[in-house]
Amino acid sequence: MKLTERHKQYWSINLRITAVLLAIWFVATFVMGWYARELNEISFIGPLGFYMSAQGSLVIYVAIIWYYAHYMNDLDKEYDVHEGNLD
Amino acid sequence: MGAAPQTHSQFYDSLKRYYTFYAGGFVAFVVVVGVLEQMGVPNKILGYIFLFATIMLYAGIGFMSKTTDVGEYYVAGRRVPALFNGMATGADWMSAASFIGLAGTLYLSGFDGLAFVLGWTGGYCLVALLLAPYLRKFGQFTIPDFLGARYGGHLPRFIGVVAAVICSFTYVIAQIYGVGIITSRFTGLEFQVGVFVGLAGILVCSFLGGMKAVTWTQVAQYIILILAYMIPVVWLSVKHTGIPIPQIVAYTQALPKITALEKELNDKTTPKGAKEESVRAIFRERAAAADAKLKGLESGGAAFLAAEKQKLLKKVNALRDAEPPTDPREMYSAEKALKAFPADVTAAKKVWTAEKAVGARAAPIRAHAEAFAATGDTPEELEKNRRIAKKNFLALIMCLMVGTAALPHILMRYYTTPSVHETRVSVFWSLFFIFLLYFTAPALAILAKYEVYSSLVGSSFASLPAWVSNWAAVDKTLMSIADVNKDGIVQLAEIVIGNDLIVLATPEIAGLPYVISGLVAAGGLAAALSTADGLLLTIANAVGHDVYYMMIDPNASTMRRLAVSKGLLLLVALLAAYVTSLKPGDILSLVGAAFSLGASAFFPALVAGVFWKRANYFGAVLGMLLGMGVCSYYMYLTYPFFGVNAPKWWDIDPISAGTFGVPAGFLGMIIGSLLTRAPSKEIQDLVDNVRYPSLGGANSVGSSGR
Repeated sequence: MKLTERHKQYWSINLRITAVLLAIWFVATFVMGWYARELNEISFIGPLGFYMSAQGSLVIYVAIIWYYAHYMNDLDKEYDVHEGNLD
Repeated sequence: MGAAPQTHSQFYDSLKRYYTFYAGGFVAFVVVVGVLEQMGVPNKILGYIFLFATIMLYAGIGFMSKTTDVGEYYVAGRRVPALFNGMATGADWMSAASFIGLAGTLYLSGFDGLAFVLGWTGGYCLVALLLAPYLRKFGQFTIPDFLGARYGGHLPRFIGVVAAVICSFTYVIAQIYGVGIITSRFTGLEFQVGVFVGLAGILVCSFLGGMKAVTWTQVAQYIILILAYMIPVVWLSVKHTGIPIPQIVAYTQALPKITALEKELNDKTTPKGAKEESVRAIFRERAAAADAKLKGLESGGAAFLAAEKQKLLKKVNALRDAEPPTDPREMYSAEKALKAFPADVTAAKKVWTAEKAVGARAAPIRAHAEAFAATGDTPEELEKNRRIAKKNFLALIMCLMVGTAALPHILMRYYTTPSVHETRVSVFWSLFFIFLLYFTAPALAILAKYEVYSSLVGSSFASLPAWVSNWAAVDKTLMSIADVNKDGIVQLAEIVIGNDLIVLATPEIAGLPYVISGLVAAGGLAAALSTADGLLLTIANAVGHDVYYMMIDPNASTMRRLAVSKGLLLLVALLAAYVTSLKPGDILSLVGAAFSLGASAFFPALVAGVFWKRANYFGAVLGMLLGMGVCSYYMYLTYPFFGVNAPKWWDIDPISAGTFGVPAGFLGMIIGSLLTRAPSKEIQDLVDNVRYPSLGGANSVGSSGR
C-alpha cells in the first residue's frame, strides 16, 4: 500500500492535535494537582484547587474528547479518508 | 433486538424508542412499589421485589438477545450506535466500588480521595486520543487479537491473555462480592446465597447472547444506576438549600460551612472544641496504655503477659468481693476482658497493636478541602510528609488513568460500534455518562459531611436521628457510635463511619421513603452486575478465542468456537463465585492493583503498536514482560498481603506500582525493538491501515472482521 503525501499530511495533523490535547490533559491533571495547595488559596466556587480536581478538570476531559471527535471527523472528510455512509 | 435488516438510522431510532419506553416503565415500576410501601407492605418484601424484578429484567433482555453468530457473540454485530455504546461502557466501567464506595472514600479522605475521581475519568482522554479509534479500525474481537496481529507470533498474544485474565479475575471477584453484600443486606438472604442469585442473573445474560446481550443489558443497567444515584442526592440538596443542583450547592453553600465547623471543632477554646478534646484525650490515654503494654511485652515476654493476667484476675476478684456490690455492668465488662485476654505473646501483640491504633481517632479533623494534609512534629517533617502525600496523589492518578486505558473489558467495547467515526463519538458519550456520576460523588460527600457536622454532632444520644441508629444496628463496620466521654452528647470523634455508608444512607438522611433505598440497592446491583458481565466475557473470550481458536485449533467450526467460549464463561463464573463465597478480604485489597498491572502490561504495547512502526515482536515481548514483572515485583515487596514489607521505592504506595511498571514497559519495548530487525512490510502496512479510517476512498465502510 502506497501512502500519498496527503495521507502523510493527515497523519501529521492528527499527531499534532493529539499532542496539543494531551498537553491540555496533562496541565489539567498533573500541573493543577501539583499546585493544588497554592490554588486552594484562590476562591472560585469554593477553594480553586479542590474545585478543579472535583469538577473543573472533569469538564475539561469531556471537552477534550468532544473536540477531538469533531475535529477528526472533519479532518477525515477533508483528506478523503472517511468511511462510507452507514445507511 | 431488531433482527430484521435495518438501516443504521432506523436501528438507532428503534433503540431510542425501546429505551425511552423502558426508562418510563422503570419509573412507573418505582412509583408502584412506592404505593405498595404506603399501603404497608414490609420493607423486606420491597427489597425482594426490587432484587428479583431487576434481575428478571436483565435476564429477559439477555434471553431476547440470544445468538449463535460469532460476530454478534463477540462484538454485538458491530452496530451499536455511539450513544448506546457510551451508556453500555458507562455501566461496564462503573463498578460496585464506584457506585457505593466512592462518595464514602471522598467523605473520609477529602481532597486526597479525588485521585480516584480524576484517575477514573481522565483515563478516557488516553482511550480517545491514543487507542479506541485505532483499535476499532483494526476491528477484530479481543485485545490480545491486536497484540497477536501487530507483533506476530503466539507469544505477545499469550502474554496479553495472561495479563487480561489476571486483571479481570481480581476485579470480577470484587464485583461478585458487591452483589453478595447488596443482596444480603436488602433481602436478608445469606451472603453465599446472594452471590449465586446474582451470578444467575449475570449468566443468563452473557451466556446466551455474549457481547450482544451484555451490551443491551448494560444500557438498561446504566439507566437504573444513574437514576438511583441522582434522585437521593438531588433530594438531599433540595432539603438543605432548596436548590436541586447538588454539584453547585455543595461547593458554594455547604463547603464554607463545613470549613467553619472544622475550625470550631478543632479549637479547644470553643465549647464544642473542648468536648471534642475530652474525647480525644480518652483515646490518647487508651493508646498510651496499649503502648506501655506492648513495650512491657517486648522486654518481659511471656512473664509480663502472665503478670498482666494476674493483675486482671485480682481486679475481677476484688470487684466480686466488693462491699457494697459492684455495678453488674462493670462486673460484666471486667469478666469479659479477662475471658478475652490474649493466650500467648503473638496474640497479645496483635490485640494490643490494634488497641494502640485507636490513637488515630485522637487526631484533629483534617480539613475537607485541604490538599495533601499531613502531620509532622517539626516543620521539616510536615513538609516532607506533605511532599510524600502529593507524590502519591499524582502517582495514583497516573496509574488509574493509564490503567483505564489498558483494561481489556473497556477497550473491547470500542470494537462494537459501526465505524471509526462512531467510536470517537462513542468515547465522548462514555465519558459524559461516567462524568454524570463522578462529578456528583464529591458533592454528595460534602452534603453528607455537612449533615453529620451540623445535625448529628451536638445532638443527644437519647434522641439520635433514625438513620444513625438504624445503620448502627445493622452493621458496626458501616456506622459505629458510642458515648466515649459519657456526656450524653455526640462528638465527632465518637463517630466511626464506613465507606459504603454514605451512598446507602443518603435516602434516609434526605428523609426519603424506603422505596428509594430499594432503588439505590437496585442501582448498586446494576453497577456490580454490569461490570461483572463485561469482565467475565473478557476472560472467557481471551481463553476461548485467543487461546483455543487462534492458538490451538484454528480450524474449529463456528459452533464449536461458541460452545467453547460459553463453556469457559460458565466455568470462570462458577470459579469466581466460589472464590467470592470464601469472602477473601485479602484479594479485595488487591483490586486497586489491577489497574497498575493492566497499565504496565498493556499500555506500552498497545500505544507503540499504533504510534511507532518500528516496534516489533521482541520489543513487545520484552516490554510486556518487563512492565508486568517490575509491577508485580514491587507489589510483592510492598503489599502487606505478601508479608515481605520491604522499604518503598521513593515512598510510592503499592497501589501505584504502575509508576515503575509503565516506564519499565516502555523501556523494554524500545530496547527490544531497536536491538532487533524492523517488523515486516505486511505489519507496517497493517499499522498504516489502522491509522486511517479508510484508505480506499469514501466507499468502504471500516473493516468488519472475520
